Amino acid sequence: MKEYTVIGQRVPRIDGKAKVMGQAKYAADYSLPGMLFSKVARLPVAHAKILNVDTSKAERLPGVKAVVTAKDFNGWTWGFMANTRDEPPLAMDKVRYYMEAVAGVAAIDEDIAEEACDLIKVDYEELPSVFDPEEAIQEGAPVIHNYRPNNVSVEYHWNFGDVEKAFAESHLVREDRFRTSRATKGYLEPPASLAWYDPAGYITVWAAKQSPYFHYRHLAACFNLPLSKIRVIQPYIGGGFGGTKNDSVAGDFCAVMLSKMTGKPVKFVYTQEEELTVSKRRHSMIVYNKMGMSKDGLITAIQSRVIADGGGYTAVSPLTMYLTGCCTPLPYKLPNYKYDCYRAFTNNPICAAMRGHGVTHTRFACEIQMEMMAEELGIDPVEIRMRNAIDNPKPGEIYRTINDMTLKTCGIKEAIQTLVKDPLWAEKGKGPKQDGSVSYGVGMAATSYLGGARQLGHQSCAATVRICEDGTVNLITGATDCGQGSDTVLAMIAAEELGVRYQDIDFKMVDSAYTPVDAGSYGSRVTVLAGQAVQIAAADAKKQLLAILGSEWKVNPEELEIKNAEVYNKSNPTRRIPFERLAKIACYSGSGAVIIGKGYSGYGIEPLDFENGRGNSGTSFSFTAQTTRAGVDLETGHVTVSDFVIAHDCGRPLNPIGAESQNEGGAVQGMGQAIYEDFIMDSGRTLNSTFLDYKMPRSTDVPDIKVIDIITDDPSGPFGAKEASEGSHVSAPPSVVAAIHDATGIWFKEQPVTPEKIVKGLKEKGKWPGK
Amino acid sequence: MEQIKLTVNGKEYELQVRPWATLLEVIRDDLGLTGAKEGCGEGECGACTVIMDGKAVNSCIVLAVEANGRQITTIEGLAEGDRLHPVQEAFLEMGGMQCGFCTPGMILSTKVLLDGNKNPTDEEIRKGLEGNFCRCTGYTKIFESVKAAAQKIRR
Repeated sequence: MKEYTVIGQRVPRIDGKAKVMGQAKYAADYSLPGMLFSKVARLPVAHAKILNVDTSKAERLPGVKAVVTAKDFNGWTWGFMANTRDEPPLAMDKVRYYMEAVAGVAAIDEDIAEEACDLIKVDYEELPSVFDPEEAIQEGAPVIHNYRPNNVSVEYHWNFGDVEKAFAESHLVREDRFRTSRATKGYLEPPASLAWYDPAGYITVWAAKQSPYFHYRHLAACFNLPLSKIRVIQPYIGGGFGGTKNDSVAGDFCAVMLSKMTGKPVKFVYTQEEELTVSKRRHSMIVYNKMGMSKDGLITAIQSRVIADGGGYTAVSPLTMYLTGCCTPLPYKLPNYKYDCYRAFTNNPICAAMRGHGVTHTRFACEIQMEMMAEELGIDPVEIRMRNAIDNPKPGEIYRTINDMTLKTCGIKEAIQTLVKDPLWAEKGKGPKQDGSVSYGVGMAATSYLGGARQLGHQSCAATVRICEDGTVNLITGATDCGQGSDTVLAMIAAEELGVRYQDIDFKMVDSAYTPVDAGSYGSRVTVLAGQAVQIAAADAKKQLLAILGSEWKVNPEELEIKNAEVYNKSNPTRRIPFERLAKIACYSGSGAVIIGKGYSGYGIEPLDFENGRGNSGTSFSFTAQTTRAGVDLETGHVTVSDFVIAHDCGRPLNPIGAESQNEGGAVQGMGQAIYEDFIMDSGRTLNSTFLDYKMPRSTDVPDIKVIDIITDDPSGPFGAKEASEGSHVSAPPSVVAAIHDATGIWFKEQPVTPEKIVKGLKEKGKWPGK
Repeated sequence: MEQIKLTVNGKEYELQVRPWATLLEVIRDDLGLTGAKEGCGEGECGACTVIMDGKAVNSCIVLAVEANGRQITTIEGLAEGDRLHPVQEAFLEMGGMQCGFCTPGMILSTKVLLDGNKNPTDEEIRKGLEGNFCRCTGYTKIFESVKAAAQKIRR
């Protein structure tokens, strides 16, 4: 194995000191002199035709400086694909979900802006609405968008092999209906931005965006300005998890427009209640899953029919529905597969990306159904997985799935075997099964997630490595760290490749005026693709440095090496100088010599084949096996999750603290979704739109977590890395539900598995011990 | 407007505040100390935690007038110049953060916990941080940070 000096070390986060000192500035922490505050006015109706928006009273309120309505945007709309640009900054003709934005106000303080919003009078005609996705796609349902009269916003029909023949020949076939919860991302930092429209025709924003270059393009298009005049300066980001912070929100467009109207900087900060009421959330999906098995438990075919509740607009959902279908042939061998999906427009809030994007829904269904069938066949949970799991391809070989995804590495068998030896699983039969009214169970899941995802169009990441004359380094990329630790990993990659110390690298955050355009922080692509760009850029800088030293020392540069911030001659290792000295020699080697290494990543994969679902959805795939121990109070249905063991194949953990923390956080977020997180809806209204009512795991709720690395060194990632941030989010829900099954004997097919559902399930089986 | 006196990070301030202004607003907007964050504005998430007379409070639900005459410590008051407080050091070394939005509050709650109990059990650590949400880490690295901080303080 290659010896690394920086990769694999437990280094402190590059942004750690700023964060522990409270010096890290987030969007809401920025101010400018003369700044105004903006608020968004919203209509508390789920579906209505807008007749008139009267802003005159609001405009007359002392302290109000400007009011913006839909007409100021001249009919501009945005969206993921050219034919799905259905979302306006402010509602034009209709509102399609409860509390959709209709106007924005700028005032001298937030209180006045809020008061002015209440003075905006909207005349509207309420329209029939639909909230259930299965009802929405029935004939005769109220039409939400005229361009999709059947309310089907996205549909795919993919077919691989021959499922009908396979089902006919199977020993066992099962059909079940599964449902996933309406979860929120739950970041603590609500959407916010400080916007400044310079009358000379420049826009500058300090915006809370995990993918700032989406916003950059949105602003250029919306305000009809060249990209060169759009400056998105990325502050620290208080959590992302997909969805809202990849995109722009009504507040963003309003703040810029209000700044343009007033000539003053304008800041907005959503309240958390606003975020939880209107911001993009995870799709809730109904999965009708059919699986066939041979007598000895080999999966013969899967047919999934998925109906997703999309809410009022399309957003990124063509990708959501792609990911929901494409990864079903992982991590188990699957010879026949059919996928039919329908994403329904409804009058619910918009649904979009969230961690574990798409994959979490169908994998939950398949994982639980597989175990149900194994149970029928008398095969235990480990055996069924080992019989079906994909083998790790030999070096130089690939494994090709039925839908033409290609794996170079696959650690799933090793991960399962590792868990089998771990005490949580190995000793699960020991000790009492029940203590008072609490029954204990242990469950397992084995899952996969893609890394290096691609959306449409631009995909590449770029980096520059600039050598300072004192031997320190400025690392510049277009990548954004929204908490996952990518700035740290990228700095580690630069240090390793260049041969310097980690602490010699300084990371510059995105400023679209200076940093290279980047696709964004989604689909676990930053370490894999921005990492590749950084590695190439560092190698380029190193090459330039050594060429200069080679001519100075009159040796072939190939003879020279840099390690631990020292430069030496490989054939004469006594000849060595500190890196600092080399940097000085190189930077002073000619008048104006500047050492800048540059690199960019490959596209990684071909554009997605939305029509047929063939080909790779990521450059590589991580594999996760997870065991969970949970106690279920049979009387109350209360679930306490006490232990997680996660064996994760991320290729190689470049930054072990970061990779562990991602696994831990992802699994806890997945646990919340499995047992209690869910938006409670009533006619399009979110009833639990506060952190008081929408429950997320607290410190007292979380299990003890052990993370075990499965090293497979994938050749497509920098230093062997694959994704590390979403895998455990996919493995947690099925492993928690399997543990609840082990404790209760009941398979629950709808997330979240709440105490009510458990008590109801126990009652139906005559197993409820209460009175 | 109401006149109040606050001691924040050892420095005395005389301020004119609106009667409905929260302590968080005064700290952030009037004093320019933006380390305390507003996550939910209703005392649920703990991102706005500051120490008031030795107790961890959600400054988003404390009125500034209620804080009149009190001693306040914010995250900016913990380090001495460039020298980190042992709790900050421990969070940095153990990786007890990701996005960092909850971190100031988490560190101040930890300080209050350890001020009262230099050797907390796992249960006491969980209980001590119950008022601070972290959505990123799953808390594991935070628990490890608190234990490391306790060890540093005991030394």
